[in-house]
Amino acid sequence: MNSSATFVEERNPTDWQNDAMQQRIRKRYAAERRFKALGISAIILSAGFLAFLMIVMVGNGLRGFTQTELPVEIDFPAMTGGASADQFKGANGPANLRTLGVQDIVNTSVQIQYGEEGSELFSAGGWQAVNQEILENPQIVETKTTLYLPVESEIDVAFKGSGSETAENKVAELKDRLSTGFNWNFLTNSDATDPMQVGIWGALKGSLITMFITLLIAFPIGVLSALYLEEYAPKNRFTDLIEVSINNLAAVPSIIFGLLGLAVFLNLFGLPRSAALVGGLTLALMTMPVIVISGRNAVKAVPPSIREAALGIGASQMQVVFHHVLPLALPGILTGTIIGMARALGETAPLLMIGMRAFIATPPGGIVEPATVLPVQIFLWSDEVNRGFVEKTSAAIIVLLLFLLTMNALAIYLRNRFETRW
Amino acid sequence: MTTRNVDVFYGEKQAIKDVSIDVTMDNVTAFIGPSGCGKSTFLRCLNRMNDTIPIARVTGDITLEGEDIYAPKMDVVQLRARVGMVFQKPNPFPKSIYDNIAYGPRIHGLASSKDELDNIVETSLQRAGLWGEVQDRLQDSGTALSGGQQQRLCIARAIAVDPEVILMDEPCSALDPIATAKIEELIHELRGKYAIVIVTHNMQQAARVSQRTAFFHLGTLVEYGVTSDIFTNPTEEKTRDYITGRYG
Repeated sequence: MNSSATFVEERNPTDWQNDAMQQRIRKRYAAERRFKALGISAIILSAGFLAFLMIVMVGNGLRGFTQTELPVEIDFPAMTGGASADQFKGANGPANLRTLGVQDIVNTSVQIQYGEEGSELFSAGGWQAVNQEILENPQIVETKTTLYLPVESEIDVAFKGSGSETAENKVAELKDRLSTGFNWNFLTNSDATDPMQVGIWGALKGSLITMFITLLIAFPIGVLSALYLEEYAPKNRFTDLIEVSINNLAAVPSIIFGLLGLAVFLNLFGLPRSAALVGGLTLALMTMPVIVISGRNAVKAVPPSIREAALGIGASQMQVVFHHVLPLALPGILTGTIIGMARALGETAPLLMIGMRAFIATPPGGIVEPATVLPVQIFLWSDEVNRGFVEKTSAAIIVLLLFLLTMNALAIYLRNRFETRW
Repeated sequence: MTTRNVDVFYGEKQAIKDVSIDVTMDNVTAFIGPSGCGKSTFLRCLNRMNDTIPIARVTGDITLEGEDIYAPKMDVVQLRARVGMVFQKPNPFPKSIYDNIAYGPRIHGLASSKDELDNIVETSLQRAGLWGEVQDRLQDSGTALSGGQQQRLCIARAIAVDPEVILMDEPCSALDPIATAKIEELIHELRGKYAIVIVTHNMQQAARVSQRTAFFHLGTLVEYGVTSDIFTNPTEEKTRDYITGRYG
């Protein structure tokens, strides 16, 4: 007791109030404020860029979903010589329609109303809208009907914003009759040479099929590899080598995977070019390392006590893995899979190597038919000279981003469902 | 269960040297000793949990009812069903209480019907003294129970596969005194139905729950005998020093 008392007397208390100390404290607070300010400005900057991107995309892109139209009055009874609506109902409808010569009827009607040069005002494929209208609503062939047909691309651009001088003049001339309608073609058509006729459906379907194949191949193989490497494989030089190789593979530039796909799937296996199957396989090669790495981390994070508990009551190694480790690791594995799939969805370069950049005007009907995917379609349209493609490119980007968001939302929903609460 | 001349190596390092012990059905056997003396290592040899450590190597004879458990034809999955284990930290599965207990019987096919399984779950929980506390919430998560309840759940889970031996690796070290008392009470009740081996740091606990005590030091078995003798009249000086708190 005595010694501690002397200790207190000898003790020289810290002077928290002296100048040097006060200044050190001020400096520490200042450093903290600086760090916070840096963080906040970084967030503001990135949010600003994101907002800029969104505004530009949506501003340009929304116009891609609309089209400029002119009314055309078609006197069907006179021009068809009295076709009846019944002809175009049912299974024979399309065949009968082909013999009707809709294109000529439309052209003639246009020339009557807009003069000899009238056809040039309209999109070359615009008459197909009339075809569709007749099939959906055969009644119109028995009456005199006014239909709204898409105008030619330059006029469309000029009406929506600013176009070439001649187009602007035409817009000024027709101002009272021009109107804007929703461009359904954009959601149902595929690639075309005329920006008024292009659509996103072909690329969207291509992306869907490709992603499906990628997921189908990469997810099971990736997850099983991760489980094997973590739970079964002996730890030795060979497995170390495999681990390093997988980490390297995840960092390999994607175009290299394109070359690999070209060499293996096209040249060696002789699979068809431009097919969603090959695209999916190539992207699966690229996605697998990401799934394996995140899967291994998720498996590693499962507490060993759970494995011991299961082993302790006589579960076999496989029962431990599939009854306990995998369910607990699944949320983490799914997170990695989302990241990998999102990267695969936005990937263009490897797909160019396997021929998915071809001009494909019909949506793919199967996994071996020629297809293209959204990012490649965006890349192709952004390369077009025709100004009408600018807004289509932006519109396609919106569709791609929506696709991505839907995919991520689904994955997050699944992840939360599997999440175990401890 | 008998062990003769058991050595355990971790790589080059010898963790257990020449240990021979008999574990009997009517006794609770306690392993005591300072940290790192190898008592947990030895315990984990008895149901081959050391198999999961690649560098661990076990030599000597360990037999369960005359069968060599390290023989190549021994099925380790069945062995672990016959020699159950309770761990230091309660480790219920993140599943319902019911599923925690039912898991073992399910994977071993011990119940042929839902009723039979229900029956096993109820008996196991009753034997572990947990039935009264959880019978209304069998579908709640096992991890939502308190620490002591979780440990009794783990004991019930081990009982559910009807083992011959239950190994307990410091089962109370993560629990408060009241929960500890309940576990000790439970060990008393289970005595005679199962051969129980318990590793503990707590000498009072060893004295309270066991009939046989083995004292380990630096990988060797220093002394093994009737608990009361070990605590009141040890033959080895090391044992006396440890029990009187001179080291350890």
